[in-house]
Amino acid sequence: MLSSFEKIWLRHEILRRPDGQSLLFIDRHFLHEGSFNAFAQLAERGAAVAHPNRCTAVADHYAPTRATLPEPAIADMLDRLTQNTTRHAIPLAGWQHPDQGIVHVIGPERGLTLPGLTIVCGDSHTSTHGALGAIGFGIGASEVAHVLTTQTLWQKPPRLMRITVAGRLGPGITAKDLALCIITQLGADGARGHALEYAGPAVRALSMEGRLTLCNLSIECGARCGLVAPDETTFAYLRGRPHAPPDFDRACADWATLPTDPGARFDREETIDAATIAPTITWGTSPEDALPITATIPDPAHIPNPARAAHASEALAYMGLTPGQPLTSVRIDRVFIGSCTNSRIEDLRLAAAVLAGRTARVPGLVSPGSARVKQQAEQEGLARIFTDAGLAWGLPGCSMCVGMNGDQVAPGQRCASTTNRNFRGRQGPGARTHLMSPAMAAAAAITGHLTDVRPLLTGRT
Amino acid sequence: MEKFHRLTAIACPLPLEGIDTDQLAPARFLKRRRSEGYGPVLLHDLRATPGFPLTAPAYAGARILIARRNFGGGSSREAAVYALMDFGIRCVVAPSFGDIFASNAVGNGLLPAIATAPDVETLLAKLLATPGELTIDLPACRIEAGPQTWPFTIDPVWREKLLQGFDDIDLTRSRQPEIDAFVRTYESRYPWA
Repeated sequence: MLSSFEKIWLRHEILRRPDGQSLLFIDRHFLHEGSFNAFAQLAERGAAVAHPNRCTAVADHYAPTRATLPEPAIADMLDRLTQNTTRHAIPLAGWQHPDQGIVHVIGPERGLTLPGLTIVCGDSHTSTHGALGAIGFGIGASEVAHVLTTQTLWQKPPRLMRITVAGRLGPGITAKDLALCIITQLGADGARGHALEYAGPAVRALSMEGRLTLCNLSIECGARCGLVAPDETTFAYLRGRPHAPPDFDRACADWATLPTDPGARFDREETIDAATIAPTITWGTSPEDALPITATIPDPAHIPNPARAAHASEALAYMGLTPGQPLTSVRIDRVFIGSCTNSRIEDLRLAAAVLAGRTARVPGLVSPGSARVKQQAEQEGLARIFTDAGLAWGLPGCSMCVGMNGDQVAPGQRCASTTNRNFRGRQGPGARTHLMSPAMAAAAAITGHLTDVRPLLTGRT
Repeated sequence: MEKFHRLTAIACPLPLEGIDTDQLAPARFLKRRRSEGYGPVLLHDLRATPGFPLTAPAYAGARILIARRNFGGGSSREAAVYALMDFGIRCVVAPSFGDIFASNAVGNGLLPAIATAPDVETLLAKLLATPGELTIDLPACRIEAGPQTWPFTIDPVWREKLLQGFDDIDLTRSRQPEIDAFVRTYESRYPWA
């Protein structure tokens, strides 16, 4: 009686040392511009890449979303990736390549991400890939160098936590709202040392895009990886993808053995009722600082733990908010729709459903998750809805989520953002970020303040 | 990798929760090559806060940091560890750490020592009131200040790795025959993987 995580882990365990460390075989290794530190370590050792065919590189973190390069230093980052991948014969989808996009969007989209695999990348949101029933986790540069050199990684088996989401999400409530609720319930470090499995009817009912959003945010409650066991939704999503197995039915038969056995043991079980979840939004500087849109800004004076109260005070000062203020009264300066969390076709369709025939009161940028998503959104008329509403339609990339590619929020400006981190300065020095779903970001664009999207969706979905 | 055994040094208190890796090494500095040094990058934007302890004369030369929960959460950027190491920090004491950060830290010889939240509050209060040195004893998993001591925890495998300073890639290469045998079986069994 094994969990899905354990089944996948055991398939990849080359050996286990007496001290409990396992040497795991890694199926897929995704690389991006930030991997240059690891390539430098390889150069120092004079080491070769063990399995270049198990590596896929893509330009995303520094990829400009406009057709011109904003500064030479960014061009240099894109060049370094080209040089390193050329030297080691690693396939690359560089800037403006038809397969380019955010690494956690293109992996599933190309069918590179499959159930039962181990997937790593020098990026903490590699947890995203767990949505297809894989073990995906982020690693640092030294671990990237280790995987490049050996196609393996030393890991200690994490503790296992199952999060069962009962019931169904209400209209206009998305996987993003669910994830923010889970993070708030567990805390930003609540799942550290654990691998998560998301289960229950509300998770089963999620589309693959929704599952990708949910697993993406696992790291924001401290879990290095989170997965949803594969099912018919997974198989239907993968069938016909460019890198899907040629003998697809044989692979499906194997993947069907991966779900958690009844009676499998978890170190921790959490439950959440989907029906209680409202559109959720962050007010502070950690993803755990989230509340339903109907709430008011918390008062640090009412928080008993002094360290927690100090955090809340500092967060409110940084965010320029007042205790007791209704969330819906908070005016915004701009919106951003994109990032590895919320830039897939379904995210864009939802934002477009809110924005169609309406005008944004604040400037904003929509950056699709990949060149394929961009093309599809243009074919479906979504891009036109965004530009008609007054929002900019950009090229794919990490864009305003990381603030390192030319897209930033100005100091002191407040951004309604579909990204994953509201850390101080994350979207640019002094930037104030409120995390929310694409529907909620679209609603904020229309009204110019944080807004409950539900009335704006009536008759539209 | 430099070994870690016992360290006596100035300890700098940072009474903040959630010092994430975006704070430790802000994104705009990540284009640096390692050889350029990441010391000036460490907590770059928070340093502008008036009275920020990291740059206060009382804590000059600190090699130990004390901070509140969820230190090093967020991004996997190893630059967060480079910034600490290049600034001179060899040990961070906190009630909890981001998993990826902690793994990166150990890989570079930086000790992430987990102390209880009450002990961290005691250490913060003590160091804010009276700047001074602490001793970090890794074999004993103990923080010392004169006669006072506080325990800390670390995964035993990581403790050993820091004590021995061993290199993972060399270690893995010594198991190459087992890896090769595994790959042959694995690739025939799961040809799509």
